[in-house]
Amino acid sequence: MKRFSYHRADSVADAVQALCATPDARIVAGGTNLVDLMKYGVETPSALVDVTRIASLNGIDDTDEGGLRIGALVPNRTVAEDERVAARFPLLASAILAGATPQLRNAATTGGNLNQRTRCYYFYDTKTPCNKREPGSGCPAIGGVNRLHAILGASEHCIATHPSDMCVALAALGAEIRVEGPNGPRRIRFADYHRLPGDAPERDNTLQPGEIIEAVLLPPEAEAFAGHHSYLKLRDRLSYAFALVSVAAALDIREGRIVAARLALGGVAHKPWRREEAEAALVGSPADEAAFAAAATQLLEGAQGHEHNTFKIELARRAILRALGQAAAGTPQSQTDKRIA
Amino acid sequence: MPAHAIVGTQTVPIEITLNGKRRSLEVSPVTTLLDLLRNHLDLTGTKKGCDHGQCGACTVLIDGQRINSCLQLAVMQDGKSITTIEGLAQDGRLHPLQAAFIEHDAFQCGYCTPGQICSAVALIEEGHTTSREEIREFMSGNLCRCGAYTNIVDAIEDVVGRRRQPVQEAAE
Amino acid sequence: MLKNDLHVGSPRSRIDGPAKVTGQATYAAEFTAADLAHGYIVESAIARGRIVSIDTAAAEALPGVIRVFTHENRPKTAWFTYKYRDMVAPPGAPFRPLYSDEIQYSGQPIALVVAESFEAAREAAALVAVTYDRQPHETDLARARHDSYEPPKKRNGIAPPPAPRGDAQQAFGAAPVRIAGEYAIASEHHNPMEPHATTVVWEGGGKLTVHDKTQGVQNSQAYVTNVFGLSGDDVRVVSPYVGGGFGSGLRPQHQLFLAVMASLALERSVRVELTRQQMFGHVHRPETVNLVSLGAGEDGKLHAIQHQAIAATSRFEDHQEVVVNWSGLLYPAEHVDLRYELAKLDTYSPGDMRAPGAPLGLFALESAMDELAVATGVDPVELRLRNYAERDENEDKPFTSKELRACYRAGAERFGWSRRDPRPGSMREGRELIGWGMASGVWDAGMMKTSARATLTADGRLAIACATSDIGTGTYTILAQIAADALGLPMEAVDVALGDSTLPEAPVQGGSWTAASAGSAVAAACSSLRDALLTRAAAEGSPLAGAKADDVIFEGGHIRSLADPARSLALGEIVAASGPDGIAATESAGPGLIGMMLPKSHSSYTHSAVFAEVRIDEELGVLRVTRIVNAVAAGRILNPKTARSQILGGVVWGIGMALHEEALTDHRLGRIMNHSLAEYHVPVNADIDDIEVIFVEESDEKTSPIGVKGLGEIGIVGTAAAIANAVHHATGKRIRSLPITIDKILQG
Repeated sequence: MKRFSYHRADSVADAVQALCATPDARIVAGGTNLVDLMKYGVETPSALVDVTRIASLNGIDDTDEGGLRIGALVPNRTVAEDERVAARFPLLASAILAGATPQLRNAATTGGNLNQRTRCYYFYDTKTPCNKREPGSGCPAIGGVNRLHAILGASEHCIATHPSDMCVALAALGAEIRVEGPNGPRRIRFADYHRLPGDAPERDNTLQPGEIIEAVLLPPEAEAFAGHHSYLKLRDRLSYAFALVSVAAALDIREGRIVAARLALGGVAHKPWRREEAEAALVGSPADEAAFAAAATQLLEGAQGHEHNTFKIELARRAILRALGQAAAGTPQSQTDKRIA
Repeated sequence: MPAHAIVGTQTVPIEITLNGKRRSLEVSPVTTLLDLLRNHLDLTGTKKGCDHGQCGACTVLIDGQRINSCLQLAVMQDGKSITTIEGLAQDGRLHPLQAAFIEHDAFQCGYCTPGQICSAVALIEEGHTTSREEIREFMSGNLCRCGAYTNIVDAIEDVVGRRRQPVQEAAE
Repeated sequence: MLKNDLHVGSPRSRIDGPAKVTGQATYAAEFTAADLAHGYIVESAIARGRIVSIDTAAAEALPGVIRVFTHENRPKTAWFTYKYRDMVAPPGAPFRPLYSDEIQYSGQPIALVVAESFEAAREAAALVAVTYDRQPHETDLARARHDSYEPPKKRNGIAPPPAPRGDAQQAFGAAPVRIAGEYAIASEHHNPMEPHATTVVWEGGGKLTVHDKTQGVQNSQAYVTNVFGLSGDDVRVVSPYVGGGFGSGLRPQHQLFLAVMASLALERSVRVELTRQQMFGHVHRPETVNLVSLGAGEDGKLHAIQHQAIAATSRFEDHQEVVVNWSGLLYPAEHVDLRYELAKLDTYSPGDMRAPGAPLGLFALESAMDELAVATGVDPVELRLRNYAERDENEDKPFTSKELRACYRAGAERFGWSRRDPRPGSMREGRELIGWGMASGVWDAGMMKTSARATLTADGRLAIACATSDIGTGTYTILAQIAADALGLPMEAVDVALGDSTLPEAPVQGGSWTAASAGSAVAAACSSLRDALLTRAAAEGSPLAGAKADDVIFEGGHIRSLADPARSLALGEIVAASGPDGIAATESAGPGLIGMMLPKSHSSYTHSAVFAEVRIDEELGVLRVTRIVNAVAAGRILNPKTARSQILGGVVWGIGMALHEEALTDHRLGRIMNHSLAEYHVPVNADIDDIEVIFVEESDEKTSPIGVKGLGEIGIVGTAAAIANAVHHATGKRIRSLPITIDKILQG
């Protein structure tokens, strides 16, 4: 770990100022990913800005619009166990509980979860090339070990995936991210926050220099999915592993017909994978296998496998069908009982 | 410490409550809580198994919450109350989980054990003990390479008052 | 041999338990010293080639850095490679850290940064700049196996395959039922929870106290004295607690060399601890492929068994294990042909990992047996009973004992095997297919020469001392049980000291031999101590004057006359009368040392029958192991509580082998890529459901004087095969490569 300056910020403005003063500074809160990466020498910031004492980044509150605001510092476990989240956005609670471990969920924050970096083996190993870590050095995951890697939206420069479970649910729920920066506050649609790798895989998201996440906003309309949702995560052991494929499915079913649908995949792309056409394919249909299959086909269109992960295409298709079935039945996947209903 | 100062790479004063005692310390920003405990305070009960939050051996209680101490910077613990395995026994009496771990043979080499026990203390506090399945899921952040998992679940169930006596295998 | 046992044979909690649950048990990296310096290893990025340049200037310029050691400035060490050979080294030229500019594998240590703090050493290590001359490497067994060879020099203690019997190829061709397949097991890494570490305490005057993570303190001690040309009196290795070994601590690992080297050069105390990532750069279970063919009659009786294994080894050593011999041992056949070959890879040498060889060979054999059961329609348990070996046909010897039949019977009954519908895919619940599979297990039983000392002091306490380790197996506890019973003392009156090279001699702790070996040595020492005490007690004028061994009982801290219980002497009193130092006895036990030792005329093995239930989501391929019953025959069980834990642990390892564990190597880079506990998966708590352990009664008077056969390894041996067979029963898919991951189940 390279030595760094430590700055304890007492306000958002202070943090923004510190970030602007030291361009390679990083914000630290839960530390669960950043400290990990600093020990590996993957991240080598010259300064850390500790934002954990900034009161305004805390709290889960109702918004004027009728949704919920989750402060960037709220730990993952607090979100998962919040009664309002559980009642109004249970898909989010379930996705959080599918990720990491109780210890990590206690430390990891909402903002940090959004900004966690890929689990690509090569990204983590500074003795190998990696375009995301060292732009222009190459992507050995292509043609290398790529079990965990992307089947959708990848580029010739990078096939890494975003590892978050929480973000898959936030994508499905159509959350927004409120950021503060040198040019003032702005709101970013969740779908616009994470990037596809393209020719700049070193950039995971659209946060601008000096900007910090203040809160995640859950829109009131997403409460319509509270009755029909499921987060289904498939992985290489029954707990504490990153997703091979995960599905966040949310349906609003009225009188036997789907009136609104959300569908997002984790573990398959550089960002939570959503496609409006797939959701549109469900709307107006009865909640049946035919509709689910059509949506799965839409969502996975263009999927491309690599040496070790081609199986994920068919696995994803089946997982989509199952998760939609669970959502339609109102029987979301338990994150404790490992049977998949 | 003034809130705004960039304190650089020098040591930073912090005050923590460690196993019930107030401690004033000078820490380097690059020192993790785990290394502070093990290398600087000689509290080696908290174990380093992976140093990356992947095994749970370093689990301690920070303000009552179970946390991987390897991923926490010591400098960020200012004002916090930290309990390690050394702080669980009271007046020379083992914590009920410590006693249950012995009774149920819930460890072999003992290296993951302090983390398992700290994690289990929090697990019970969190209330995630309604079934063996729930205990298993919520103890999955603590690897045990010796494979004592079933005995760990037995020990926890014993402490929450639902467990049969330790299995005594009779010879056939 | 042990009369009126109170503790032996009964469940007892670990005597090291209080230290372990309170954080007071001290492991190798937790010993400290004034002025301790911290070492951090820099490892190679390439698999084969030469270091062209290694620039340490930036690292050395960092505040707090004391010195950076590389091959260019390494202090003088032994010249001859044989000096680096430890007690359990396989044939070959052992790896010599920092010896030259040659790179032999990715992850090889190429520099050691020593600094005043761990943090400074870690930071400086990242500043060491290296350029390489890369040479072509090979890390892919799929290619290297074509250049396989029979190891020219056999590894000591590892039986080569027996000579062929009959004409297996011809008999296979003529057999009415033929099964043939290739079975592969991925390379696995031990990953004990405690990373390998060494703390060398510089005692002054050239004396070192070395706290090493090792399964053999005397092996580490001998290695250090040989390599650095030190006197045995100057090097003491002390490791009372070992945070898991599983074989990874049998041979000295490179952190020991590096820590001692730095300590000698700097004349101060030094600690070197491997990172978890670096733990993937040393010993591992070799990737192994098996070709098995079985020729049988319609009744399932075996006519021909052919088993060839090709296992990976390093370029510089021929690590060998017993992989194929089990196939000639477990089932009798007239025609048997077993072959074991190696293939060289540019990796570090593989090494022993829990039951080395056996679960690899048995995954193949027991999968093939399951295929034979399917092909013949004979129940898998019945098939094994029909092919039950009554003697060791490899060696043409009888067994000391073999209660495998009882294992099949007890395990099947507990599991409910009779309710199994043999048709694959026939059992289901909801969306899950249920599969029941079984397999046999077998592992060596035996003793190694071991010494122990028993000392009784005037306060009535008994001190047991032996250099062996307790790597979590429960050695402290069983030795206290044996000693307490021998002297008629409560266990609380017994202190056990282990893991110190100055204590009476013991081999490395491995091979499942420690309970039998150290246990017998302690029993022998205690027996001598009883004799010495009785001799004094029987002296003229004593209440027990003239008493002989048969006239008295050791009980409650006294020697008491059997004829007249009122006549007795407290042990402490006897000791006090004989001087201040207490009374001590040191004895050895081992093959040939005591009349009861395993004679060369018999073979000795532990056995098991493992039954597994899996539930597999039919569409998604998600697999859960919901039940394991492991019935074990291992002679006398000293402590059912810790013994059960040994089997539980073995089963968890078997589940990991079956479903999770696999080093993923990028063969273009020659580098393991999933070098972390996040990406190299071992079972977590959620993966482990119900495990039942049964110990069947087995009396064995030939393997060891105390009737013990050993338990550390038998638990893993049949487990992976039983799970794979259950997967077939659930799905009809025969998966012949481990681990069985979701993609393999889907593709089948």
